[in-house]
Amino acid sequence: MHILCTTHTYAYGAWLGKLMKRALPVLTVLAVIVGIWYLGAWRMNMPWALQQAERAEQTLSTGELFKATMNQTRPRVPAPHQVAAELWSVTGEMAIKGRAMSKRSFIYHGWVTLRTTLTGFALGVTLGILGAVAITYSRVSEMSLMPWAIVSQTIPIVALAPMIIVLSNAVGIEGRGVPKAIISAYLCYFPVLVGMVKGLNAPGPQQLDLLKTYNASAAQSFFKLRLPASMPYLFTSLKVAIAAALVGTIVGELPTGAINGLGARILIGDQFGTPLAIWAALIAATCLAGVLVVVIGGLQTVVLRAMGMAR
Amino acid sequence: MSWIVGALLFWAVAWAVNVALARSPWHGSRAVRVAVPLIFGLTLLVLWQGLVRGLEVNPVILPAPTDIAATFANSTDVLWVDFVQTVLKGALSGYAMGCGAAFLTALAIDRSAFLTAGLLPIGNFVAALPIVGIAPILVSWFGFDWHSKAAVVVVMVFFPVLVNVVQGLREADAMQKDLMRTYAASYWQTLVKLRLPAAMPFVFNGLKIATTLALIGAIVAEYFGSPIKGMGFRISTGVGRLAIDLVWAEIAVAALVGTAFYGIVAMIEKLVTFWHPSQRVG
Amino acid sequence: MDQSVISARDLDLTFQTKDGPVHALKGVSLDIEKGDFVSFIGPSGCGKTTFLRCIAALEQPTGGSLTVNGLTPEEARRSRAYGYVFQAAGLYPWRTIAGNIKLPLEIMGFSREEREARVNKVLQLVDLEGFGGKYPWQLSGGMQQRASIARALAFDADILLMDEPFGALDEIVRDHLNEQLLALWKRTQKTIGFVTHSIPEAVYLSTKIVVMSPRPGRISDVIESPLPPERPLEIRDSKEFIEVAHRVREGLRAGHSDDD
Repeated sequence: MHILCTTHTYAYGAWLGKLMKRALPVLTVLAVIVGIWYLGAWRMNMPWALQQAERAEQTLSTGELFKATMNQTRPRVPAPHQVAAELWSVTGEMAIKGRAMSKRSFIYHGWVTLRTTLTGFALGVTLGILGAVAITYSRVSEMSLMPWAIVSQTIPIVALAPMIIVLSNAVGIEGRGVPKAIISAYLCYFPVLVGMVKGLNAPGPQQLDLLKTYNASAAQSFFKLRLPASMPYLFTSLKVAIAAALVGTIVGELPTGAINGLGARILIGDQFGTPLAIWAALIAATCLAGVLVVVIGGLQTVVLRAMGMAR
Repeated sequence: MSWIVGALLFWAVAWAVNVALARSPWHGSRAVRVAVPLIFGLTLLVLWQGLVRGLEVNPVILPAPTDIAATFANSTDVLWVDFVQTVLKGALSGYAMGCGAAFLTALAIDRSAFLTAGLLPIGNFVAALPIVGIAPILVSWFGFDWHSKAAVVVVMVFFPVLVNVVQGLREADAMQKDLMRTYAASYWQTLVKLRLPAAMPFVFNGLKIATTLALIGAIVAEYFGSPIKGMGFRISTGVGRLAIDLVWAEIAVAALVGTAFYGIVAMIEKLVTFWHPSQRVG
Repeated sequence: MDQSVISARDLDLTFQTKDGPVHALKGVSLDIEKGDFVSFIGPSGCGKTTFLRCIAALEQPTGGSLTVNGLTPEEARRSRAYGYVFQAAGLYPWRTIAGNIKLPLEIMGFSREEREARVNKVLQLVDLEGFGGKYPWQLSGGMQQRASIARALAFDADILLMDEPFGALDEIVRDHLNEQLLALWKRTQKTIGFVTHSIPEAVYLSTKIVVMSPRPGRISDVIESPLPPERPLEIRDSKEFIEVAHRVREGLRAGHSDDD
């Protein structure tokens, strides 16, 4: 509450200054990264450009050579603007043409990936919360489950991905979506479990004792104390979990012969030797991750503010 | 039918034993802390065995644990070759290079508060991205053998470790830094005597996350091209050839290696950060 | 320049904050002689800790002059002229008590034998013989604070600066440590600057009590203690003690603005 009041008294200019102070270093580092990227593209694509020139029996000036490294169709490292153009051609341009949902459009593939990610996320979060409640209230569960939960995260699940697909096909769950969602849930349940165990145990002994003096039932102490107290922990772990869910989905799409989804575009780009498509799919996945984390972050702010826990 | 009933009976008995152990006065002892999860794990295996046998599941779909164990014992030579290729050459060398590079990078940018402030949010974000996706690019750059696998691992472990080291180097509190100032300590003295030790819990957090990532990276990269050995190669071809029990044996190896790798790093952590409140308990 | 170890003339320190400038110190002048035990007392925000940090060159004054051993505070810091004790013990949890005491000695380049000898000496001084091999988290709060004093004593600087070193301890432990600190001061003949907000503590320990008041942070009274150098705990019931304590309380009340 206190923080809420003070933020309103800040002058707008001070707020802007603070934002700049935080954004400026990030923007600078981003600029440096793009610069290194261009340098890398120039350096890595140079041999091919030189080879072409030699074949055509031309000599290239430095400027011409630089140009020749920036617009190859199959570069070793595509330049940032090439990736941006490629990305635009399969998203914005297709949307303008009204073919947003065609098989070539990344909007379509992004949607496929997003759908799986959200399914896996919902599954994982549910499992994580249920597990945390079981662990908080039952010592047998805590002792039996917790070590295996930790072990489960040390296992490289991608090894399991092909198996999960074989199994779910055998059990009769058709479609590639479900097995990918299972992998995604496998990756994202753990942060939620750990965060919620911490959150549900966040109330101190004094607060629990107070409810005991009211003779509150177990359900009352859960809904009136433990659950609200766990909310900041929940949202922190949800941000980790949504990113993990996306990683799980893409990992699930990579080796399993899927044809739809951003991970599948990476695979197909590899098989058809079109590096631009791979890079564009990677950047698209990055943007999707950014959007998801920001959305959860916004949700966090809204919910915690409504509960008077905003920080 | 008797398989299923037997398995369910075992489940009931084992659960009862665990409940009894957890409620017993020795529930805090080390032996019980180890026994309870082991019994639980064993129960899952028995249940798996019972259901596969009892429902007569086709072994091409899901083999029983005993079948997998038999395959494991019969094909140790193949498993060993794959282990060397994927774990020792791909994952471990990449892990060492990636963690080392991340550590040095963190130290290099440490002196600039501006760079640190800029890199921390970006690093945090990149660490959460599906970086495995670069596997095909790196395989096309570095070839099919283990070098490309190590390269994928380097990139995958780099950011989580970097972020944790940078974060850890900020851990020493203002008072402790003031103390070093009163001794007129140099930058390097402060780094070695105060900030690095204080950073260790974070560093190990990054190193532990990186263990799993290293194995994932090494295995996935093999799906995009590999010589005719390696765990990823065996798994992807095994699924196609319906050699499912061998695939499960590889998965068992991956699981064991993953747990052991993590366990070793966690043990070193315990030795190095014995002083941290999270390690002191017990 | 007379015998003053620390000499401040018209010292100003102004912090720029969002709500405008804050005068942490304004026109502070003070001389501390060699062997003095000087307490700084006052309500929070009076600048007592800030002044101590200026002496230690942990803060930069914005006006006036300040010398430590005839040098600027920064030069004095570089020549390792003082030991500093913070409110929290701040021992490194990954080092044993002996290891913590060795820390400044390692930084300052003492030889291995010298380090061992000094650790044993200061452990004795603060009554912690036999605890050198323990880790800080295995000791009580009072013992940890004693270890941090030993750490400040280890390199044998002439000046000891202490910022509410016993502020977080309970009264019984604090009495005990006060008694030990006095004994230690007499044995080592150090010049001590001691920040506190406890009147009995200030009166019991000091040869000179500096009463400070806030907004702006300034000195409102300097009291030379009439108490004898030999001070058993019972001295706190004597007439002189109560008179000095009364004068300190008056000084604090006078300096208090009416808004709090």
